[in-house]
Amino acid sequence: MAVLKVKFTKTRRDKLAQILWILNWISVVTGVILFSLGLFLKVELKKREELMAEKDIQYVPNMLIAVGLIACIINFLGGKICYDCVDSTKFLRWKLIMLPYIVCTFFFTLCVLVGALMCYSMHWELEEALNLGLMQAMRFYKDTDMPGRCFLKHTVDTLQIQFQCCGNSGYKDWFQIQWISNRYLDMSKKEVIDRLRSNVEGKYLMDGVPFSCCNIDSPRPCIQQQITNNSAHFNYEHQTEDQNLWMKGCRQALLEYYTHIMQSIGLTVLITWLFELSVLTGVRYLQTSLENMLRQGDPDSESDGWLLENSFMETARTNLSIIKSLGKSNQINTANNGDPNIDVPSTSKAHYGPDNVPPKEKMETS
Amino acid sequence: MPFLSLKFNLQKRVKLAQGLWMLYWLAVIVGIILFSLGIFFKIELRKRSEIMDNNESHLVPNLLILVGMLSCGLNAFGGKLCHDSLDPQKFSKMKPMLRPYMLLCCGFNVLLLLLVLLSFLMQFAVYLTLAEGLKNAIRFYKDTDTPGRCFMKRTLDMTQIEFRCCGNNNFRDWFEVQWISNRYLDMSNDVVKDRVLSNVEGKYLMDSVPFSCCNPGSPRPCIQHHLTNNSAHYDYDHRTEELNIWNRGCRQAVFSYYSGIMNSIGALLIFTIVLEAGDVAGLKYLSTALETMADPENPECESEGWLLEKGFKETLADLLSKVKTFGRANQVEEGGASPDADAT
Repeated sequence: MAVLKVKFTKTRRDKLAQILWILNWISVVTGVILFSLGLFLKVELKKREELMAEKDIQYVPNMLIAVGLIACIINFLGGKICYDCVDSTKFLRWKLIMLPYIVCTFFFTLCVLVGALMCYSMHWELEEALNLGLMQAMRFYKDTDMPGRCFLKHTVDTLQIQFQCCGNSGYKDWFQIQWISNRYLDMSKKEVIDRLRSNVEGKYLMDGVPFSCCNIDSPRPCIQQQITNNSAHFNYEHQTEDQNLWMKGCRQALLEYYTHIMQSIGLTVLITWLFELSVLTGVRYLQTSLENMLRQGDPDSESDGWLLENSFMETARTNLSIIKSLGKSNQINTANNGDPNIDVPSTSKAHYGPDNVPPKEKMETS
Repeated sequence: MPFLSLKFNLQKRVKLAQGLWMLYWLAVIVGIILFSLGIFFKIELRKRSEIMDNNESHLVPNLLILVGMLSCGLNAFGGKLCHDSLDPQKFSKMKPMLRPYMLLCCGFNVLLLLLVLLSFLMQFAVYLTLAEGLKNAIRFYKDTDTPGRCFMKRTLDMTQIEFRCCGNNNFRDWFEVQWISNRYLDMSNDVVKDRVLSNVEGKYLMDSVPFSCCNPGSPRPCIQHHLTNNSAHYDYDHRTEELNIWNRGCRQAVFSYYSGIMNSIGALLIFTIVLEAGDVAGLKYLSTALETMADPENPECESEGWLLEKGFKETLADLLSKVKTFGRANQVEEGGASPDADAT
């Protein structure tokens, strides 16, 4: 009982081959799109790798790039096969390759699906990486004289201006780290020394934020220093003031930005997966109908095309038994209590040369 | 003696028609590019019209949009002409339209030349508008509660951040203007009162700049206030400090951006003029080659094509005499019999 059997006349077979040829070329284009989406994601992640901790998130764009390239190759080959399938003599060339090709493409579509799912699952790893990375970046904000960290200040400032965010979770993160280097602190002043001494770790902490946290929509000039001190500024109440600084945390801002990109890419990959699956189904029908046509011997006859020759359970059973017999031929025969060295009489007849005369037993007397 | 004449056989004619057809479609694409460039320039001017006092001239982008559309239309028609020219029936239908079309193309080229001149000369107007507009923008920075000006602060902050500039000529422009509104000044404070009273016009001036002047590439946290007072900050010399705030003035920065756009527009227009001139010349050759075919029934015959029927000087002399007779026809004939005298 074949699965989803469809009858194919010669004209239908030819039309199917032509349509599949066009669809395979469209799939090559979608493969190129996948490749470029992977490249775009790689560049975007690399641009801000200073702000992300050392988590391995590059596997997602690498997977997309690989999948895109393989899709191009597979669909190019598929296009060539379908182009040749219109002519039944050329089909004989591809006859042996078609079934392995279909099996490979099926597993490849599984890879595409895994790629799409990975796009959505990257969210949590990215959040971890951003949390740690931003914390480090803010800690090293003041180290503009240390090689390897001297551009971190510029990076964090441009990030806060561009994404309209402040700090890791919020602007209060800046209150807990010393973001002014000791090089610019006047150690001879009493207030500075007092503040340093009053801190357990000797850090110069204050309720101020860098200028890049300032909100450009604010109606009043930016209040950066003594943010929690209402009396330090005229007509100012920090509990109700929400337009002075950016309220969003940079982790959330970056996460939203990347999640938006990932969701669009994930959707495109899912649509590509559905498209590939439909092309694969068409190629399977083409292959089975052409094989049946060859079996019948008449190139112009009608033939059946199906997805599986027997029902799903029977096909699974036959495949499992094939795998089991493969395994059995590798096993040793354990009939004689497990001892393979006991001489078991041979059941096959020996052949003694062209006359078939057994040799005389030589009795050797020493 | 025709000016710059060339001999054409059938193959050459066909090749000329095909090449000209491709050139015309290239000109259509260039027309589309001119159109989109005009729209882009218009949007860019609109985006920053607040710092130009809403006074900026939109002449160049409007003309550019018009020229782009005209170019598309004219060149698409020219392409169709080329395509139909090799078919003798269609060509004979089109013949009367050729001369006015070529005159129209020449007129269009003159318009393009005018636009090139405009795009280079209007840069002066942009510069002056920017200077005036920025001066007013800095003055109205603090008026975030006045309707019509409440977004001036936001626009100016964004401009200074985006173009990496500070003030009109440089950052000292902020020292001459009160950019903190009285709403946020504590008038009961003695320091504030002294500063306001010490100023002739009663303005609260100080040597500080807004946060948008800060340079993120500076190694130290931004120093916005008491900029000229070295002792107010540790290890700070305002004469040698260059990385703290942006040194460039916004007039210079924004002008060089717009100047770049207008120069590229000028360059593209010059390329378009050359392309259009080539198209008209090619069409003239093609039409004359098709018209001078000795035997219209035999497409294989040779023919001659030229740019001008007579020599260059002769054509000029002809044109001048035509203009003169045109002028004379409007004058009343002196010395000849007047029409009234004849009636009697």
